Amino acid sequence: MSSEKIIPHSEAATKFNKDVERVNWHDETLWFVRAKRDKSAHQIADWELLRETASKIKNNVLSNIHDYLVEFEANAQRNGIIVHWAADAKEHNEIVHSIMAKHDVKQMVKSKSMLTEECHLNDYLAEKGIEVIDSDLGEYIVQLRKEPPSHIVLPAIHLKKEDVSETFHEHLGTEKGNFNPQYLTESARHSLRNTFLTRKVALTGVNFAVAETGEFVVCTNEGNADMGAHLADVHIACMGFEKLVPKREHLGVFLRLLARSATGQPITTFSSHFKKPRDGQEMHIVIVDNGRSKQLGREDFRNSLKCIRCGACMNTCPVYRRSGGHSYHNAVAGPIGSILAPNLDMSKNADLPFASTLCGSCTNVCPVKIDIHDQLYKWRQVLVKDGYTPTAKTVAMKTMAKVLANPTIFNIAGKSGRFVMKNIPGMVNNKMNKWYDQREMPDVPEESFREWYKKNSRESKSKDNE
Amino acid sequence: MSSKAEILNRIKLNQPDLVADLPDLSLLGSEQFDVLETYKTVLKGIGGDPVEVADYNEIINYIKSNYNLEKRLITTLPELSEIASLDWKTVDPHSLQNVELTVIKAHFGVAENSALWVTDDILGQRVAPFIAQYLAIVVQKKDILPTMQQAYNRIGNMEYGFGTFIAGPSKTADIEQSLVLGAHGARGLIVFLLD
Ligand code: SF4
Repeated sequence: MSSEKIIPHSEAATKFNKDVERVNWHDETLWFVRAKRDKSAHQIADWELLRETASKIKNNVLSNIHDYLVEFEANAQRNGIIVHWAADAKEHNEIVHSIMAKHDVKQMVKSKSMLTEECHLNDYLAEKGIEVIDSDLGEYIVQLRKEPPSHIVLPAIHLKKEDVSETFHEHLGTEKGNFNPQYLTESARHSLRNTFLTRKVALTGVNFAVAETGEFVVCTNEGNADMGAHLADVHIACMGFEKLVPKREHLGVFLRLLARSATGQPITTFSSHFKKPRDGQEMHIVIVDNGRSKQLGREDFRNSLKCIRCGACMNTCPVYRRSGGHSYHNAVAGPIGSILAPNLDMSKNADLPFASTLCGSCTNVCPVKIDIHDQLYKWRQVLVKDGYTPTAKTVAMKTMAKVLANPTIFNIAGKSGRFVMKNIPGMVNNKMNKWYDQREMPDVPEESFREWYKKNSRESKSKDNE
Repeated sequence: MSSKAEILNRIKLNQPDLVADLPDLSLLGSEQFDVLETYKTVLKGIGGDPVEVADYNEIINYIKSNYNLEKRLITTLPELSEIASLDWKTVDPHSLQNVELTVIKAHFGVAENSALWVTDDILGQRVAPFIAQYLAIVVQKKDILPTMQQAYNRIGNMEYGFGTFIAGPSKTADIEQSLVLGAHGARGLIVFLLD
């Protein structure tokens, strides 16, 4: 995956947009989830106070994260958990592999973990001859199709039941043409139950880790993390270091926000607190940096580390809904992914902060109050300044900056723009104009606002005005 | 330098100087509502079945008339020994794969999301509530708390190796957002609300 050529977001989105019906369906499906989030949030009188509280807890975490990590490690070790530290994706994958090798095990069952997606763990282990089966139904579906997930909470949201039926027919031998979700889920249940019963190693993600107690929490609706972990001899849990909360009592705040923001559910079906391995079991935690400490040092972007991966910003994003998760070529798609990705690699991901209307809807739904659209705007400035954007965009942005900074040029540019659009529309409404690609150009007003204002504000005109 | 030292160093260098205080949690969780009614409504909303009972006899009768007693029923509650076995707590967890119904009790429930708090001292085995085809949980009505705020106050610094909030049966909506009960865990959840 990492060596493949990356298709820029706008190009991938253009492809996705070719199937109009599917795009509309994708858009509506995600909006439906967003609407459920709203309904659920409005039922909680304390909602805004909860968001504010969560945001403050995360501020405290970010400013004390060094000490909390030390505290967490000591407590986890006291609980009998083996703690590892990974500076980057490579080291994370090596650690996981070394645990597998130590036990001489060639098969693993995994529950959903975006961190392992970020690190491309499956590919790495496949090369070492280790078979990984993703057990979250959505992940399982996309894994069979050899695709990455397109959404952090709803990995197969881009697929229709016909697609799933085809995939299962091919891999599980289900009835051809049977699109019934109940039937399809039942088939996966049977197949995966056998997996759970035969795997010696289970890997899970971590939703929250508690410094005070050294425990970690994994949230699922299917119970797949629990089926895996409670049946396996070895449980490996992988976490980005930002998953920490200071005290156990803070979990109450985040568990109230997470599922409501994600899918509109009052809480996920299972919120499992792992504190000690069960008798005879071995439990590992891998604490991963992979660029997070760098992001912590970028003042404008450090707030992105507060993210609890609920997916609300994606469900509400008008660009995500119409371009699909795969167009973001990053483990985390959508608005928050577009902030996290350039931190990992600016040159590969310079297109992503531009995949936004900056409408601010993401910021409004974020349960931990990350200033998402402001950060996307800031990334654009950084990327243009550092020359990471395509030349056309850089030239356009630089010209725009010049025009906006100089009133005389702005005036002339406006006048000539209106003249051109009115008299030679072909010069604007053509393929060369990227803006026209997806849009109708507006009718041209007779005069600019400036001209109108000049004419109509005679009486109240003050000296400063011109 | 080891990765641990390297990561911690970088974090120390990059974390904000301004230490933000932790917020006051006591402002939360003051919502007023009918706790038992809310619990039942929310549970139904997420696919679980609340059943109000006066005593364990009623539970036994309910299970007798709703589940096939020929199949494997397990429990941690001695009061239910008539219908379910008690001697499975030290067996290999994999051998629980043919369990039809697991009956356990919860420490308490939470009205706002119908979750029930269980820990491994009352679970018998950690996998027991997940591996069974069906799950039933007994909770006392007086132990239903309003919100997660009260729930974590109640948990306090309780000691456990494993604890989980269970809210409804296992479910998925990963195929075109249509809700299907019984993904990997229990296909149904009965909550016996005991007087
Ligand atoms: S940025 Fe906010 S809204 Fe988006 S996934 Fe993270 S927590 Fe959820």
